[in-house]
Parts: sequence; C-alpha cells; structure tokens
Amino acid sequence: MAESDVALLAHLMRRAGFGATRAELDALAGRSYESVVEELLHPEQQPDIDEDILRRYFPGLVHQDSPGTWNARWIYRMINSRRPLEEKLTLFWHGLFATGWDKSEHTPSSISQIELFRRNALAPLRTILLELSHDPAMLYWLDNSENHRDAPNENYGRELMELFSMGLGNYSEFDVKMAARAFTGWTVEQPIPIYPYGYYPTRFVYRPEDHDDSEKTFLGETGRWNGEDIIDIIVRQPATARFIARHLYNFFVADEPQVPAWNQSPPADPRAVDTLIAEYNASSGDIRSILRVLFNSDFFKEARFCRVKSPVELVVGTVKLSGAHRLPEPGLLALPGAAGLMGQRLMNPPTVEGWHTGKEWIDGGTLNERVNFAANEVGDTRKPGVKAIVEALSNGGAPLPPAAFVDRCLELAGPLDACSTTRAALLRYAESGGELCFGADAEKEESRGRVARMLQLIVASPEYQFA
Amino acid sequence: MADGEREPVLVVLQLSGGNDFLNTVIPYEDGIYHDSRPTVRVAEEQVIPIDGTLAFHPQLARFNDLFSQDKVAVIQGVGYPNHNRSHFRGMDIWHTCEPEKVATEGWLGKAIRDLDPQHENVLTGISFGRGLPRAMAAPEVPITSVGDLDSYGLMSGIKAQQQRDEALDIFRQMYTPAVGSGMVKDYLSHTGVDVLTGADLLKQAPEKYHSTVQYADNPLAKSLRDVARVHLAGLGTRVFYTQHGGYDSHATQLATHPKLLGELSGAVADFFQDLEEHDAADNVVMLVFTEFGRRIKDNGSGTDHGSGGGAYLIGKPVQGGLYGQYPSLDPTQQLNGEDLRHHVDFRGVYATVLEQWLGLDANPIVGGTYEQLHPFRN
Repeated sequence: MAESDVALLAHLMRRAGFGATRAELDALAGRSYESVVEELLHPEQQPDIDEDILRRYFPGLVHQDSPGTWNARWIYRMINSRRPLEEKLTLFWHGLFATGWDKSEHTPSSISQIELFRRNALAPLRTILLELSHDPAMLYWLDNSENHRDAPNENYGRELMELFSMGLGNYSEFDVKMAARAFTGWTVEQPIPIYPYGYYPTRFVYRPEDHDDSEKTFLGETGRWNGEDIIDIIVRQPATARFIARHLYNFFVADEPQVPAWNQSPPADPRAVDTLIAEYNASSGDIRSILRVLFNSDFFKEARFCRVKSPVELVVGTVKLSGAHRLPEPGLLALPGAAGLMGQRLMNPPTVEGWHTGKEWIDGGTLNERVNFAANEVGDTRKPGVKAIVEALSNGGAPLPPAAFVDRCLELAGPLDACSTTRAALLRYAESGGELCFGADAEKEESRGRVARMLQLIVASPEYQFA
Repeated sequence: MADGEREPVLVVLQLSGGNDFLNTVIPYEDGIYHDSRPTVRVAEEQVIPIDGTLAFHPQLARFNDLFSQDKVAVIQGVGYPNHNRSHFRGMDIWHTCEPEKVATEGWLGKAIRDLDPQHENVLTGISFGRGLPRAMAAPEVPITSVGDLDSYGLMSGIKAQQQRDEALDIFRQMYTPAVGSGMVKDYLSHTGVDVLTGADLLKQAPEKYHSTVQYADNPLAKSLRDVARVHLAGLGTRVFYTQHGGYDSHATQLATHPKLLGELSGAVADFFQDLEEHDAADNVVMLVFTEFGRRIKDNGSGTDHGSGGGAYLIGKPVQGGLYGQYPSLDPTQQLNGEDLRHHVDFRGVYATVLEQWLGLDANPIVGGTYEQLHPFRN
C-alpha cells in the first residue's frame, strides 16, 4: 500500500476511532477508502466485543457501583472494539449531552446513559433526543424530576435548546417556558438509597397527573404539546441542523471556537458546515448519512493533525500504539484516572456545557501529564507494540542510518507529520547514537532501548498532541 | 500586610470530604451536643478547652499550641446560601464562588492572574497533588501542578539522569516556538517551555533545603514540606494549594477522624516551625477550609453530610482568637431542623484574605461585596 494511502487511512481511524496500529492499517490494504468508511458506519455488521473475559478479570463489573471500573471497561472497548466509530460517537454524545456523576452520585444511571449513547450512536437525531429525554441520569441532572405542572422547572427545557440542539439566540425565553411545561411529568422513580444495601437502578416514569396538558405555542407552532412534540419541532429547525453540523465538524474535522461563541463567530469553514447541513436536511437528521458525507469529503481528508487530541483520545491512541491491554491486564483501571489528570474525567464532564476542547485541553499541568503518560507507555520495550516496531526496523538486519531511523519511526508511530523543527530535534537524537544496528545481542539490546527512546520523544512532540 | 521586602504568600489547605466541625471545635459544655452524639462525640474530660464553652479535639494539641501563641484565627460557622449536600457541588461552589450555577474559573486562578498579570513567573501559583483543583483554574493563567517535588517534571519516567537530560534537551528543541506555526501550536510551544522552566526552577528547592524539622510520614506532611521547600527557595510563589483527604466520615468516625486531625495538627505545626526556623514565617498565611460540616446528630457510627463548617487562618501575621459566632445547637436555631446554621459567608472569608492579605480587589474575584473579618495584625 502506498504510504499516502496509509496516511489517509490512519487519519480516518484516528478521527472515526481511536487510531489504528500499523498491522491494522496493513490489513486494510487493497480496500477502497469508501468501503472502509462504509464499514465504520455499520458497526452492527461487526462482532461486538467479548466481555466475558473482562468480567472474569475485573469482578468489580458485577456491581454498578464504581464509575472508575465502568470507565475502565469503556476504555477497554475503545482500545479493542471492532466497532471503533460506535465507541467514538458514544464519547461524542457524552460530551454533547454532558451529564455528571458528581451530582447524582448514582452510578447505575450514569452507566445506562452511556449505554444509551452507544445503542443510538448512529441513530437519527430525533431518536437520540427522545431517548435522552427519557433518560433518568439526564432528567435528574437537569432537574426535570423537579419539573411539575404547578411548579415548572426550566432547566431541561432550556438546555435542550441551548446546548443540545439549537444554540443560544435561536429561541425566546417564552419558548423555554413552553418547552418546560411540555416536559412536566417526565420524571424518574426514586431509587432505593445507597446505604446500606448498595446501588439500585432507577427508571423513567411519566406522571400524567403532573403533566401540563394545556395548549402551548412553541417556536411559533400551537398545540397541546407534550415533550415528544417539542422534539419533533426542534429537529425541524434550521438552527438545529447548523448546531449539530458544527458539533460534528468540531469533533471529527477541526477545532472550532467553543459552543458559547457560536452565535457570534461563524464556522472556520462555512462551506464544509453547509455541506453537512444540506445532508442533515436531506436525511432528516440521520447521523449515519451526515457522517458518510463528512468522512468522504475533501475537507475531512485534508484536515490532518489540526485537532488537539482529547485526553481520552491521547490515552487510548497511545495504548493502541504500545499494544497493551489487548487482553485484560493490570493497569487498565488506572487509564480513566490518567485521562482525568489530563482534564477529562469520563462520566464527569465539568458542566452541562461539556468539555471545552481544542487548546483548552492544554495547560502546564495537563501537558506534563500527557507527555509523561505517553512516554511511559511507549518506553517499555516489552510491550507488544514497541516490540513490533523494533521488529519492523530490524527486518533485514541492515544498519539503519540516523535519518532513516527517524523517518521509519515517524511512519510506524503514525504516520506522523513532523515539522522541520521536530524532525531536526529527533535527528539530533538519532545521530548522537550513530547507525541503528541489530547484529550481536548487546547491539540489539542497545538498539531496542534507542528505539523506545525515539518513540518516547515522538509521543512527547507537539505534533503528537494533535489528531 | 507583610513587610515591605517580602510579598505576602497564601497557602490554602483543603480538607476534602467535609470535616466535622462539631468534633473539631467542640461545644463540650453543651448538653445538646452530647445528646445528639450518643456515639460520635468526644468526652468532656478528653478535650483541650479553649474557654468555658469550646474546646479543641484532643488530637489537636499542637494546633492548640499555635492557637495559644495567638497565631490561629478560628472562623466559626462558615458556609454558603442554599446549602447543597453534594461534596462535588459543595467543593465547586467553594472553588468558583458561584453558588447558583456551575462555573469553571477558580477564585485563586483569578487572584493569580491579578498578582502576576504579565505571567512573569510560571511559579506564581503552585498546586501540590496531581490534577489541578478548579480553584486554581483560569484561562491563560499558567499554574504549576506538582505531584511529587523530587521527581517533578517532564519525562520523569526516565530514571537514568543522563538519558532524561538528553530527552529534555530534545524536548526543548521540539517546543521552540516557531514563527508562523499557528496560534494553537504556538500556545502549545510556550506551554511546553513554561513547564520546562518551572521544572528547572523547582529543581533548586530540594537542593537548597536543610531543616531540623522532621515531618511525619503522611501525604499531608509531605505536601506541606514541599510547600516549605519551595517557599524557602525564594522562587516567588504567592499562592500554594494543597489537600488533605478522607474527611467523609459516614462510618467508623471515631477511628478515622482523630487520625486525620492528628495528621493535620502535626503537619501544620511542623510547617510553621520549619518556616520560623528559617525566619520565613512573617509573610505566610494559611487558610484551611472544608466544603461543609457534618450533621448535628450522629448515625451510630459516623456523621452524614451537613453544613456550617469552620475555616482557620494561621500564621504570624494573624491575630489569633475566635471569629464569628459558634452555630447554635438549639433545635429552634438549627437549619432544616438538623444542620448547623452558618453566619459567615465563605466569600467574606475569601475577600478578607484577598484584600487584607494579598492586597487585591476582591469584588470581581468573589462576585460581590461580602462582610469581611479583621483577623490580621497591623
């Protein structure tokens, strides 16, 4: 396979998934790009992950009590799933419909919300919003459980429009009140308290006696609207098409300004967003159709290394590179915590706005964590991914001159586009040790160490911070 | 205000989990205390009396020594309106000064921006412990977050010093800001260089440090020793942040809480002794806080989340004593019939520290004007 094709597929797998190993990329040789996209868009045609072995090694999964254990399971799925886009979209919806465990401290509902996102990863937007409005974690998080016929609570009605579908400036305060009234009576069953018997799940409950069934005018349309009608009206709004298009662009293509700025600052690439909007309209908000257009577009194919990796992307991508955790092994439970130290605690976005992305992932503390995590992960020559790279470099046994040493490592760890400054720095390291030789055992041992060190420098580079 | 030569320094110590104020500063003569706490109480004969009505927990002996030297201001009954019993929400409110909505900028992040508006020193604010507390977060404000001072920095997983130095050298070259590389890349480069600079400066701290003080072997003592080492190295740090966890004593409180208070008392006393030994205590004030107090009644083994905790200002510049009003245990005065009612808004405590100690305009940081205390010597 031509190196340019490899680079394009690697780009696709970084964005539509969490990256691919060189072996995974080589396995795609001979396939057309479009067919790989199509396979990603149909996760249901790929086998689901076998979790029996995971449960055997992590008995904490028997109980739905620790978010950390369940986040480790999620990360394991991100690493190993044959349905990478399904896991990537689960993360996308989690960031968009940001719900924090910290408020409810009720793990079963946090877990079932993530399952909801996975189950509906590629569903039409209407389906997703409707399921979301029935989701106990969401109803509690945004106080719809306190939204009563005689005492409406506007929180969910407001955020449904402001942050989940249309964006600020596209509806009035009157519309917020009407949406809130339409969702009265949509509540959750009070779960059994955690002490002393542990967590019990909860479920959605509709209380007709607490529902305001009167006539409402919402976004100019009048009727005795219930919550479902509100969603029907919302998904037809041009503002919704634009809002979802910008979110998909920001998550899959290139970093955009943060959501609160969207009603003031236009998209960086208006034509790209218009293309996505057109497909939203043509498909009635079908996420699969919109993503098909997105992944096959030139604006996507050209947008290499222009998104700052989220912490979860950095952690999972680096683990894929090192080849660890392909089967359950110690250390898995530490991975969600590593992403947390970089600023992304799964099941715990900081606010209902979700994580701020792009350069806001980076500060002194988080950069330190990112660099050290990645360097530690690939600095171990016993890890299968590192071994495979050593193997590929020593193939043939001929000594590798410093420039080839750098370029081959950049290829095998990405391929990664290094700027001239970075490449010059890496070359300086390569030259300090001379040719890379795989002759005698002592030479091999030394070369393994040098390859690991080169990989550590590569994952510490500025370029590696981008997807 | 500190003397002319040395700039004022603030050390914030967060007691995570909700420290039980009633068993820290104990109303030992109050019958309602003993009746409400059939199990989780401290017997009258064990306490360290402050006056005829209040006493410190017996594990706070060294803390009491500082109090006897008039170096501890005990602020009684601190809280925020519309009390929320979630740890996380409670801590968020303390960190961001936003009781009504969820905010992301921290009060200390904003204070550090005001202390060092040109970002002249990457070490103006340092948090000890990995992961930045929201209190220290503010966009574009470089905060250094140190897990372990002795191994702090990039590439800390490379154990051989020569190899690590070589890797750091390459790192520096890769992160050299290049003209025209784009805004995000440029920001990333500067951040990388800041981290290197901070680590280089911090490396001096352990090298320079000598002390006769023997800190205990627990995470808080270790953190405060790190604070002392950095402060004594004179690196210009104005705000230090550190945490002591484990105060969420729903169960077996009689076993866990005294241990924590003992660690707290010893670590704080050792810290100030260390500073005094180096004649470096004149410009340091420590603020100790917790997200909330605990329920008045015990639950048979521990205490559940409550309200109205206490805060403490400690240091030579502090005029020691009791401040505010002890929350009444009288059932008619209790909040919601089960909680302590606070009389001091936490933002008033922050404003006191920001204006009277750090010399900043508190209003924009805490979001309004709140009644201040007067706990500093002139």
